[in-house]
Amino acid sequence: MLKRISALVLAGLTALAVTSCGSGSGGTTSASSGGGDSTVTMGFSQVGAESGWRTANTKSVQESAKTAGITLKFSDAQQKQENQIKAIRSFIQQRVDVIAFSPVVESGWDPVLKEAQNAKIPVILTDRAVDSKDTTLYKTFLGSDFIEEGKKAGQWLVEEYKDSTDKVNIVELQGTTGSAPANDRKAGFQEVIGADTKFQIVATQTGDFTRAKGKEVMEAFLKSTPDIDVLYAHNDDMGLGAIEAIEGAGKVPGKDIKIITVDAVKDGMQALADGKINFIVECSPLLGPQLMDLAKKVVKGEEVPARVVTEETTFTQDQAKQALPSRQY
Amino acid sequence: MRRLLWPVVVLVLLLALNVFFSPGFFSIQVRDGHLYGSLIDILRFGAPLILVSLGMTLVIATGGIDLSVGSVVAISGALACLQISQGASLFTAVALALGLSLVLGAWNGFLVAGIGIQPIIATLILMVAGRGLAQLITDGQIITVNSPAYKVIGGGYWLTVPFGILIVLAVLAVTAFLTRRLALGMLIESVGGNAEASRLAGIRARGIIIMVYAFAALCAGVAGLMISSNVSSADGNNAGLWIELDAILAVVIGGTALSGGRFSLGGTVLGALIIQTLTTTIYSIGVPPETTLLFKALVVTAVCLIQSPSFRAKALRRRGRAAVPGPASEEKVRVSL
Repeated sequence: MLKRISALVLAGLTALAVTSCGSGSGGTTSASSGGGDSTVTMGFSQVGAESGWRTANTKSVQESAKTAGITLKFSDAQQKQENQIKAIRSFIQQRVDVIAFSPVVESGWDPVLKEAQNAKIPVILTDRAVDSKDTTLYKTFLGSDFIEEGKKAGQWLVEEYKDSTDKVNIVELQGTTGSAPANDRKAGFQEVIGADTKFQIVATQTGDFTRAKGKEVMEAFLKSTPDIDVLYAHNDDMGLGAIEAIEGAGKVPGKDIKIITVDAVKDGMQALADGKINFIVECSPLLGPQLMDLAKKVVKGEEVPARVVTEETTFTQDQAKQALPSRQY
Repeated sequence: MRRLLWPVVVLVLLLALNVFFSPGFFSIQVRDGHLYGSLIDILRFGAPLILVSLGMTLVIATGGIDLSVGSVVAISGALACLQISQGASLFTAVALALGLSLVLGAWNGFLVAGIGIQPIIATLILMVAGRGLAQLITDGQIITVNSPAYKVIGGGYWLTVPFGILIVLAVLAVTAFLTRRLALGMLIESVGGNAEASRLAGIRARGIIIMVYAFAALCAGVAGLMISSNVSSADGNNAGLWIELDAILAVVIGGTALSGGRFSLGGTVLGALIIQTLTTTIYSIGVPPETTLLFKALVVTAVCLIQSPSFRAKALRRRGRAAVPGPASEEKVRVSL
């Protein structure tokens, strides 16, 4: 409670400071640190802190706001939509220049986004989309393209086996059945490898994005499908679980069975550097710099594309060794 | 023993089904110095469920139910992994995790027996709050530990046998001894049959109820250690998610009445094995992920129907209308579902 009150007081004080800065911008040049009139204030509402990925996402936004000279008002919704709506309303009252947020759920945003629109405050969605029919409610959506991630995974596989004419038996560990990343990573991968009949997905099952399920399902695959060449896991965690299963079966992960995963979290990158995973497609939480660029453009009134894909890369084992020391998450 | 006939038949049928799809299903070999094979997998991955179900059996025998075991699984694994990642010894980590589990179980028992809250509500509190507690411990992250000693609990081997299976055997032996060789089992059944009458007869019903909830949480705590040790990491969000429902199902398939007053440890072990075999079967015969849940539901429904004497009697009567109604109605009294 005390924390909340102090946060409110703090928010109130900063709001005061901002308004006074705005009204007296002519005279108080000595007080304002550099930017003066061009200082942009952004209200950012985060989903929560449920995973290492999310924490890295938060850090990226906070740090790049500092570098870009944007005043950031940060609010953590703790996985609750009502908290997020409250945060957005308070941003509107504080008259921030731009609002950015990662929606907890897809639906139910129209009323509060309308309020922002009426107050003429542009909105940017990050990481997750909303399913509103009225696309004028937000300026742009910045986030990963899961289909593209699946395609990248497929392309590496096609490249790796381009000289071989033998059949390649693939097993797939899917994410939570019905979730957007699972559906799209599956579809993108299928699209690329479907062009060549030598690639065959011999077994596919959900591992719920968890290590425990990844291990359990892989154990069963190893017994029911004796000849496995490649494992494609929709995230690092399932891949890490599967590695243990493969080792338990007396095989060498990365050699006897080649492994492709998506995400590039620290544990996954470590396994990649150790040679246990062959290829990781990044699903980057570090969208801060891109977000700040977009925010500046939007505030200036410049046109921005309605969909911006996060800058993401892929990692081979050598690249992982280089990238690992400076990895933030 | 006749009570266990149908669960055994179902288990054998499920195992037989697997042989059609993967001929090597029954082969067990020694690989890398440990036993290796699908049957071993079923026992190894089924071990946490068997443990949780054993605890659940005694709770259900007192006429209660414990929904919080899944959360206790997560808390115990999270605390143990946190301790180990901070450099605590294996013994300290395990003792702290199991100690906390016992406290949580006693809390459940206190709510049920001391305050008199309905068991399903009392344990629902910890089921919801416990997930939060687990995430508080892990700080919302997945804690990865690198401790070969801790790894043994759920993923290691002793004399080629998976260590988890040995733990289950030990817990099962102790439980069977306490409840079947000593009077404890009878007291539990008596409390489940009628708590008030038992109290008037001189049984400390309250103490017994607190004890069974503490035991259930302890079993869940050990299962939590196994699950987190198996993958060397603690996941507060997902560890033991919905295991309480699987455990209740295992208990029911094993022929323990949900109304309390009677229990079968052997039946529960069989029930848990049936559920794990079903899961493994789904993976090995390649049921598409979209239909996995439906497939599971259909098999479970069939198992429950086969198990029900009144359903069997009805099905038989339909075939031969003139069959004697006497034994059927008599058997109805003993319906376990």
